[in-house]
Amino acid sequence: MLKIKDLKAQIEDNQILKGINLEINAGEVHAIMGPNGSGKSTLSSVIAGREDYEVTDGAIDFDGEDLLDLDPEERAHKGIFLSFQYPVEIPGVTVSNFIKTAINESRKGRGQEPMEAREMLAKMREKSALLEMDKSYLSRSLNEGFSGGEKKRNEIFQMAMLEPKLAILDETDSGLDIDALRIVANGVNKLRSKDNAVVVITHYQRLLDYIKPDYVHVLYQGKIVKSGGPELAHELEERGYDWIKAENA
Amino acid sequence: MSDEILDEITASDYKYGFTTDIESDKVPPGLNEEVIRIISAKKNEPDWMLEWRLDAFRIWNEMEEPEWPNVTYTKPDFQAISYYSAPKQKKELDSLDEVDPELLKTFERLGISLDEQKRLSGVAMDVVVDSVSVATTFKKTLAEKGIIFCSMSEAIQEHPELVRKHLGTIVPKRDNFYAALNSAVFTDGSFCYIPKGVRCPMELSTYFRINEAGTGQFERTLVVADAGSYVSYLEGCTAPSRDENQLHAAVVELVAMDDAEIKYSTVQNWYPGDAEGKGGVFNFVTKRGLCERNAKISWTQVETGSAVTWKYPSCILKGDHSVGEFYSVAVTNKYQQADTGTKMIHLGKNTKSTIISKGISAGKSHNSYRGLVRVGARAENARNFSQCDSLLMGDQCGAHTFPYIEAQHPTAQIEHEATTSKIGEDQLFYCNQRGIGTEEAIALIVNGYCKEVLNQLPMEFAVEAQKLLEVSLEGSVG
Repeated sequence: MLKIKDLKAQIEDNQILKGINLEINAGEVHAIMGPNGSGKSTLSSVIAGREDYEVTDGAIDFDGEDLLDLDPEERAHKGIFLSFQYPVEIPGVTVSNFIKTAINESRKGRGQEPMEAREMLAKMREKSALLEMDKSYLSRSLNEGFSGGEKKRNEIFQMAMLEPKLAILDETDSGLDIDALRIVANGVNKLRSKDNAVVVITHYQRLLDYIKPDYVHVLYQGKIVKSGGPELAHELEERGYDWIKAENA
Repeated sequence: MSDEILDEITASDYKYGFTTDIESDKVPPGLNEEVIRIISAKKNEPDWMLEWRLDAFRIWNEMEEPEWPNVTYTKPDFQAISYYSAPKQKKELDSLDEVDPELLKTFERLGISLDEQKRLSGVAMDVVVDSVSVATTFKKTLAEKGIIFCSMSEAIQEHPELVRKHLGTIVPKRDNFYAALNSAVFTDGSFCYIPKGVRCPMELSTYFRINEAGTGQFERTLVVADAGSYVSYLEGCTAPSRDENQLHAAVVELVAMDDAEIKYSTVQNWYPGDAEGKGGVFNFVTKRGLCERNAKISWTQVETGSAVTWKYPSCILKGDHSVGEFYSVAVTNKYQQADTGTKMIHLGKNTKSTIISKGISAGKSHNSYRGLVRVGARAENARNFSQCDSLLMGDQCGAHTFPYIEAQHPTAQIEHEATTSKIGEDQLFYCNQRGIGTEEAIALIVNGYCKEVLNQLPMEFAVEAQKLLEVSLEGSVG
């Protein structure tokens, strides 16, 4: 589904990604771990198409298409979703209006008709129930005055509504208490299928207890320096990152 | 925001820039007593009206054009303006069939089909094209309730006692330079009277349109709501594209008697000038309302047009327990300049006012809020709440806030909140990531930002205003 080849990217002449290679297939869950500043968020931003980052080398192929040629919204229309580490506030725009616009713009981008209002409403009800969100939540301004946990839950709600092929969760666990973590993870797990893939970016093993990865990668100084199965996450939890740093010094 | 996006913002063209060929009856340019006599004679006005105009002209001659607004422009050459232009259409019209087809086409291009308006929304419209009303509808329904809704010219002929009683009482001739000029040369406008205890059954609406190159438009509007009555009045305008600046100096006076309520909504979309800041309408307007006991006046405006705007719809809260409201969205783009706000003058006891102002600046424009809240010496327990927000798009525009507060009574409660924000890369990228293109994203963000004001507009007007906001900031995006 996603093939990243020797990807290099910089921001303001500061090289952050120094040759990433990664292949993700449908049905898989990958975890990307690593110390602060290793390039995890940059990688997710580059996949989503944030303009601030300049790709200097390499390629990203998504379902046989060159992703780097597409605008961020076109990538979204193809089924790429990024759950933001810091979701933005949009005052005066309700959660329901926002998600309705997002869904219909995506459908338009794919040459489909807008979703029927009734279907939309039913879907909103179903997904907000899945994430154990109060009804009033849909008519609140997007992320305005939301707690950290509510913001993250809102991200996963949108993910559930948009049903992406590839979901990237950028530190979705930060700022969540244990109950919210369980709810969010449950939402993600419900979405998992043989047709889609999830990338979980995190510092901690904690989230991976709920969303079980098939592969774990360690990102350090702009490169994937180690890959393995779920046991690698446990090892990192026990030993920290110092040994990784030492190995790559 | 990237430069590319900014370039596109400033490249947005005025959608309604076209002219219609309608035969005009026009007075040669220039302003003197003779021109005023001609205007008055052409309109077959009574002597008192002519005298009133001449008096205003003499006052205007002694006045100086004001310098205090935060705008810069080349002052109009008042001797180069033609002060009267009427479509050649003298006879009274009973139906749209009798209206010049060219004129109807103009309205269609604006998406304002009278027919549709009449049929769908039950809105009675008094259409002003180049100063003379050409179509008035729903008059009969209104007449049954005793409501008078007609052109100012007609009111001067048919209801001189009402006009004489109220004209210039809220905005006196010597109020300001442009009010004096308007008083001297106004050619038409709308007049509305709601009798005691009557609730006007429909929104009253006027579409203004400047339609003649080099013609200044001087509208005069007077709305009188008698005791216990209610009226909602809509005013909207678009203007065709012109190279030279056009002057629009309107005066609107509202009288809300005891327990009466007037809701006055405006959507303003005069030609803002081209991408280099050339041309565009000068919009120097005086709007003011007077509230008697327990009366309420609510101004709502969506201002997207004009090269220079200078406008402060105000309320004089004379009566005890009276209420004044001001809800405003002002958008400036390219080289537009707006200095707009309100004045809330609390004179009576227990008077209340609310000000919600939302400024949006893009391109190289400047957007100023200027507001005065004054609590007089006898205005016990006066309360005001003001909220002035500014939204910036790009880094070449400016937003300014000039709040003036004068409290002469110790019980006054005045609150002022102000915020400035930017449509950030972060917001746009977030929307993009969810599949929403930048143009739709800006429309979404801007409409959310203006929601409190748009909510105040009558339904059909709100939709139009929303569209207008999108058009004004269109191309704002890649």
